[in-house]
Amino acid sequence: MREIVRNLLRVVLFLFIEVYILQQIPHLHRFISPSLYFLFLLWLPFSVTPRTLLWIGLATGLVVDYFLQSPGLHASACLWLCLFRPFMIGILTPRVSSEFNYREPSPQSLLWAPYLIYISLLTLVHHTWLVFLEWLSFGSFDDFLIKIFASTVISLLLVIPIELLFPRNLSFRTNAGR
Amino acid sequence: MRNVILFIGRYLTFFTFLFLQTVSLWFLFSFNKFHQAMFLQTANEVTGGINKRYKNLENFFLQGEENRRLHLMNDSLLNLLLQQITSPDTTRQLVTDTLLIDSSRQYRRYYFRPAGVVYNSTNSEKNYIQLDRGSIHGVAENMAVLNADGSAVGIVVHVSPRFSQVMSLLHVRQKVNVSLQKTGDFGTLEWDGKDPGLLLLKGLPKSVPIKLGDPVVVSRYSFNFPPGYPVGTVAEIISDKRTNFYLLKVKPAARFNHLQHVFVVENLQFAEQATLDRETRKKIDDAKRSSQ
Repeated sequence: MREIVRNLLRVVLFLFIEVYILQQIPHLHRFISPSLYFLFLLWLPFSVTPRTLLWIGLATGLVVDYFLQSPGLHASACLWLCLFRPFMIGILTPRVSSEFNYREPSPQSLLWAPYLIYISLLTLVHHTWLVFLEWLSFGSFDDFLIKIFASTVISLLLVIPIELLFPRNLSFRTNAGR
Repeated sequence: MRNVILFIGRYLTFFTFLFLQTVSLWFLFSFNKFHQAMFLQTANEVTGGINKRYKNLENFFLQGEENRRLHLMNDSLLNLLLQQITSPDTTRQLVTDTLLIDSSRQYRRYYFRPAGVVYNSTNSEKNYIQLDRGSIHGVAENMAVLNADGSAVGIVVHVSPRFSQVMSLLHVRQKVNVSLQKTGDFGTLEWDGKDPGLLLLKGLPKSVPIKLGDPVVVSRYSFNFPPGYPVGTVAEIISDKRTNFYLLKVKPAARFNHLQHVFVVENLQFAEQATLDRETRKKIDDAKRSSQ
C-alpha cells in the first residue's frame, strides 16, 4: 500500500515537471528537447512483473500524450522502454542478487557503473523510438541521428544530478526488520 | 492446439507488448490523419480542466505584459472611433444610385470571440495551443486565432464542448496565405520545425522589392484569417539562384511563449467559400476526365 502511494505521488510529480516545466521552458535548440518523466518507469520496484510493467508504461505514456496532444507517441516509446527494462535488470544486477535486498533500481542497489549503463541505454531506447516516430512524418536523416544523441545526453544531464541531489534512502532489507 | 497455447503462454509478455504497441501506434497514426484520436474529446476536457487551474496561477505573475498588449490594442481601436474624424465640409449632395445592388447595405464578415490560452508549447515540431472556449461557446474548426495585440497565432483544428485545440503557426503542417504590407504580393507562410523564432515565407517572386524589416500581414486571400493583421517582419532574405522566388525568413509578431488572451475569429462566409472552392476543383477535374 505504501509502495503504491509512493509511486502515485512520484508519477504526479514527474508529469507536472514534464508538462508544465520541461515543455514550457523557452526553446533551447531544435535538437534539444529534454524529457524526464520516463525516470518514473526506471524507478519502479523490482517486484513489478514484466506484463504489469507494460500496462503501467502504456498508461503513463498516454497521460503524457493527452497533455501534449500527441496520442500514442510517448506511449509507444514507453512500451519499448518497459520491454527492455527486465532484460537490463537481469543482466546488470550484481551476483549476490540485490533484487531481494533492495526495493527498486538505484545507484545504491545496482552500484553506480551498472546503474549508469541501465539509465543511459533505456533513455537511448526511449528517445530513439520517440525521435524515429517524429522523423517518419517530418525531417531529414542527419537531423534524426543528431537529435537522438542530443536529447539523450540532455536528458541524462538532468537524470544524474537528480540521482545525486535526491538519493532515495533505501534501507537494506533484512529478515529482522519487517 | 495445446502447443500453441503453451507457446502463447510462454511468450505472453512479448505478445502483450506487441498488442499494446499496435494500440498506441494506431492512436498515433489515426490522430495525424483525422486530428481526432480515441477518447481525445474526453481527455481534452480532463487535461483542459487541469491546465486551466495551472494557467490561472501563472497568469497572476504575467499580468504586466498582458496589460501592455491590451493597452496597445485599445489605443489602436480608440483611433478608429468616429469622434476622432471630422469631415472637411458639411454640404450634402443627392446622388441617384443607378446600381441594381444596394451597395449601402453592409454585412458582417468576421466575428471575434475572446478566449484564454490554457496550454501552449513551442518545443515540439508540431505545436498545439489549448483554449478554454469550445463548441458550446461557438468555437468551431477552421477558425483563425489572433493574439491580444492582433498578431496571427494559428487555426483551430479540433473542438470539444468546453475546450479547443489550435494548430499554432509553429507547426510543420501549417500553411497560411500572407502578403507584404507594402506591395500586396502574396506568398505562403510555413515553418520548417527548426527555430521557433523564424517562420518561412515562400513563393514571393524576385521582381518584388524587399527590404529587411518589411512587415508581413495576413493576405486578403486567406479563408480563415481576417486580412491585414500582422504576421511578422522580414528577418532574412535568402536568394536562391535556381528559382525565381525568394525564400524569406520572417520573425513572428506574436510571442508564442507568452500567449495569454487571444481572439478566435470566425469567417462567417467560410463554409460558402470552401464549398465553392471544392466544387470548382471537382467540376474542372470531372470535365477534364470526361474529355480524355
